Amino acid sequence: MTPVLDVRNLSRAFGAIQAVDNVSFTLAKGELLALIGPNGAGKSTCFNMLMGQLKPSSGAVFLNGAPLAGLGPRRIWRKGVGRTFQITATYPSMTVVENVQMALISYHNRTYSVLPYAHRLYRDQALNLLALVGMADQADRHSAVLAYGDLKRLELATALAGDPGVLLMDEPTAGMAPRERIALMQLTADIVSERGVSVLFTEHDMDVVFAHAHRIMVLNRGQLIADGSVETIRNDARVQEVYLGGGTVFADA
Amino acid sequence: MLDLSGVNAFYGKAQVLNDLSFSVAAGQVTALLGRNGAGKTTTMKSIMQLVVAAQGQVQFAGQNLVGKPPHRVAKLGLGYVPEERRIFTDLTVLENLEVGRQPPRDGAVTWTQDMLFELFPNLAERRSNRGREMSGGEQQMLTIARTLMGNPRFLLLDEPSEGIAPVIVEQMVRVIKQLKTEGLTVLLSEQNLHFAQAVADTVVIIEGGTEKYAGTLTDLAQHPEIRDAYLAV
Amino acid sequence: MAFFIAQILTGLANASALFMVAAGLSLIFGVTRIVNFAHGSFYMLGAYIGYSLMQILPGAVGFWGAILLAGVAVGLIGVIVEICVLRPVYRAPELFQLVATFGVILVIQDLTLMVWGPEDVLGPRAPGLRGVIRIMGEPVPKYDLALIAITPFVALALWYLIARTRMGVLVRAATQDREMVGALGVNQAWLFTGVFFLGTALAGLGGAIQLPKGGADLLMDFNILTAIFVVVVIGGMGSLPGAYLAAVLISVLNVFGVAYLPQSTLVLMFVVMVIVLMVRPYGLFGREEVAGEHGQIGEPERPIKPAGLTTRLVVLAGLAVLAFLPLFGSSFAQVLVTDILIFCLFAASLHFLLGMGGLVSFGHAAYFGGGAYAAALLVTYAGTPMELVLLLAPIAAGLAAVIIGWVCLRLTGVYFAMLTLAFAQLLWSLVFQWGEVTGGDDGMVDIWPSDWASDTTAFFYLTLLLSVGGILMLRHTAHSPFGYALRAARDSARQAEATGIDTKRIQWVAFAFAGAMAGLAGGLFVFSKGSVFPNELEIAKSFDALIVVFLGGVKTLAGGVVGGAALKGAEDYITRFEYWRLVLGITIILVVIMAPDGIVGSLRRAGERIGLIRDPEARS
Repeated sequence: MTPVLDVRNLSRAFGAIQAVDNVSFTLAKGELLALIGPNGAGKSTCFNMLMGQLKPSSGAVFLNGAPLAGLGPRRIWRKGVGRTFQITATYPSMTVVENVQMALISYHNRTYSVLPYAHRLYRDQALNLLALVGMADQADRHSAVLAYGDLKRLELATALAGDPGVLLMDEPTAGMAPRERIALMQLTADIVSERGVSVLFTEHDMDVVFAHAHRIMVLNRGQLIADGSVETIRNDARVQEVYLGGGTVFADA
Repeated sequence: MLDLSGVNAFYGKAQVLNDLSFSVAAGQVTALLGRNGAGKTTTMKSIMQLVVAAQGQVQFAGQNLVGKPPHRVAKLGLGYVPEERRIFTDLTVLENLEVGRQPPRDGAVTWTQDMLFELFPNLAERRSNRGREMSGGEQQMLTIARTLMGNPRFLLLDEPSEGIAPVIVEQMVRVIKQLKTEGLTVLLSEQNLHFAQAVADTVVIIEGGTEKYAGTLTDLAQHPEIRDAYLAV
Repeated sequence: MAFFIAQILTGLANASALFMVAAGLSLIFGVTRIVNFAHGSFYMLGAYIGYSLMQILPGAVGFWGAILLAGVAVGLIGVIVEICVLRPVYRAPELFQLVATFGVILVIQDLTLMVWGPEDVLGPRAPGLRGVIRIMGEPVPKYDLALIAITPFVALALWYLIARTRMGVLVRAATQDREMVGALGVNQAWLFTGVFFLGTALAGLGGAIQLPKGGADLLMDFNILTAIFVVVVIGGMGSLPGAYLAAVLISVLNVFGVAYLPQSTLVLMFVVMVIVLMVRPYGLFGREEVAGEHGQIGEPERPIKPAGLTTRLVVLAGLAVLAFLPLFGSSFAQVLVTDILIFCLFAASLHFLLGMGGLVSFGHAAYFGGGAYAAALLVTYAGTPMELVLLLAPIAAGLAAVIIGWVCLRLTGVYFAMLTLAFAQLLWSLVFQWGEVTGGDDGMVDIWPSDWASDTTAFFYLTLLLSVGGILMLRHTAHSPFGYALRAARDSARQAEATGIDTKRIQWVAFAFAGAMAGLAGGLFVFSKGSVFPNELEIAKSFDALIVVFLGGVKTLAGGVVGGAALKGAEDYITRFEYWRLVLGITIILVVIMAPDGIVGSLRRAGERIGLIRDPEARS
């Protein structure tokens, strides 16, 4: 079976610094894959290349076998890749349901339409998506007054509006209280299993990662140093060294 | 010497510090430990009053710092070395030091350029270079030197070992130890437990913006479960 | 050859004042991030104060002493302005700061009028430097040579201050990272005040030093404003060498323009600017600016909803009253309401761009005046009937907006705003200088409506129909998917792009649409007055619209219309006072500081407080 996402020899340099160095991996259908690593390991750079915000120096990305190279974020989204941001990106001047409606309007190519009232378009579909993330009861609230965890859930609903096959989530639980984190990832895991969506996410909270990831990849200084099941990663000496805290520096100090 | 009690801080709607309390004793090096996102940097910024939405009590030298503008906090003798370094890249090394220069202060070392160049020999060679022409490690040294020019009594070091080469980290250990012998009180945030072990007397561990443990390093060694819970993978 | 050299010398001499004023503006922007629109006013003050001092102080020492003292005095006035007006708004969005500086312009204009009177003042000549020196046979004023000699010293002194002193080091550090400078123990507030002193003192110095060449008049504030903006934008915001180079470039170009292409001097300046920005978007020595977020300070904007039944009925009733106006109102009242309606459409079009799109255009007059001139030209040269003209004027203005928007939208924030202003000025100078076609300063006259609409009442109804129609169209668009996409692009371009919305194109279309609506207002305007003059394209006209939108309330749907009606109505009343600018200026400053939500926003808030309106988020 062809993987949903196939990343081959992806590299990106900024000047002399090799931010992402020859990274290859695949994402299978329905898989929840975590990408972890220390600050500055290249996770964000990697994500930005997958989303088309940054051009790779070399390498290629395939979505269901079709190359994504050279496409911008908008085109990649239309091909079925949704994303959520590390720092939530919602439309604070709109209500909760309108945030989702906006994405649906775009999905149905009606962004330039000037005749209908936008707040009446695709409302039912939007409410269904909100129900999926447990936000239906807050649909008509002003999104700017939402609690942080709710904003993250709203963002997830928005990302699902494009009916994506792949979801890229950049630190989905950053800034959330521990209990909310578990709840959000549980929700994501449920969506993965129900809809067959594949998810690639970065995360610093290991509780979240170990509890929900099907597979974990570890990035350090731009290179993939480990890739495997939760158990494998937990027991990998090199990962412990990099992520437990700088064993390299003081191994013999 | 520094006393935080019930400090809350927010970024937008996200609460980063949650009723955080701990104290730092004079003359000691204290390491603030915790995972990524635990709130270490925000703690540092809240002490400096660089976070607008900080509430609670931050007592230093008998005054509550909360609500004071950052330059007043600095004038009281707190020196802040930010995580992102934030050196002035268009300015030369000497000019960067000049920005940090403050009048001598009672009860604190009065640093001169020469003393700092002795402490950081690499900087002496590059005194006329602009900030942007320097490596990460040199920039890190410059940030510390720049802050020392303000003759602080108390130094806040945010992740000093982050992203720099091992040799420089070792140099950093030497510098921090020397600063301690000069009488400075230091609070440093770290993810790197080994680094903390090399320099710190006491540790404070935070998680989710709340203090989880405070004590000496030797005590912490007796409690591997705490280390595993809040620091390990 | 001799003529050539003489020309260059004149250019260099003219660059002197321009450089000083522009350097001051650049310095202030570099550190405070405020685009000080009142900078031209400080220049004007410098000229007047210098003039008065020269009357008192005798001889050569007195002359030069007066120039220096004028600089210091203006600097001190600058400090007062900084402390009273700008300190409260440093953390506010750019638009608030700009509007505050507009207020300062108005106040200074009237205070100057009060103190020095309306007549132009002829600058005294410099003692010992009267007359000319012949260089290769060409006469060159001695004072020009003195200026050419002095400017490098001023530049050098400034360079020394910035490059070699502690203050300079702090200023440069603050330009890069204000917060860090504060964390190192430097009191930013005083640093800002110091920089403001220096910047405004330079403007004052520039004003005083050009006295022997140009004198002082009440228009010099706006007249220099465009030139210094061009200089600063070409040189790169915040760059001193850039300012010097650009000042020389523009001045020399100007002198040659006058000599060889006298009809194109102003146009030339903007053409150079556009070319420079096309090649180097952030000026010759500038760096990319991280654009500030517009209008997103404090409380975020509220969701919008189409008007409910009650509101619709109220609006309908209001329209009905307007429709019956000819039955009970005088013909004067009809003319006044016609004016107001046209202005409301103009303001509403800017409000759409600003409020929905977050696009702060400083040059919206380009499309109002552009529509007006398109209409006038069509009538005068093609004998086009009014009905067709009212269709073509918005199309012409919309096309102009398509072209201008294409260039401007490549940039964001301050640079976007500056570029829109520059294009408006380009259009203005085209109209102003292309006298054979546009009548230049004399404007275009005899443009009257078709016979059926020539009666005051008939034209009133026509305006009512088209203005209200246009406003309703803008309003409906705000509620349409397109309007939502525009807000999405403003709220979070990241999210919008990540969900397939082409934010730049949405903004481009919105820019053109708003331009077309302003063009419709312009077309109506020409037929209501029977004439059009270049001042419909002026900066002041663009500012009028900005102030109206701001006063009405940027974050409310009705802000543009309410602000437009209020200002135009009030204008008819307050312009009867001698010092109405002073009143308006102070009002603007107070609104910025005390009621930043504008009229509609403040009313809504008050209504919620006393329970008249229900806050949708106040859940019981």
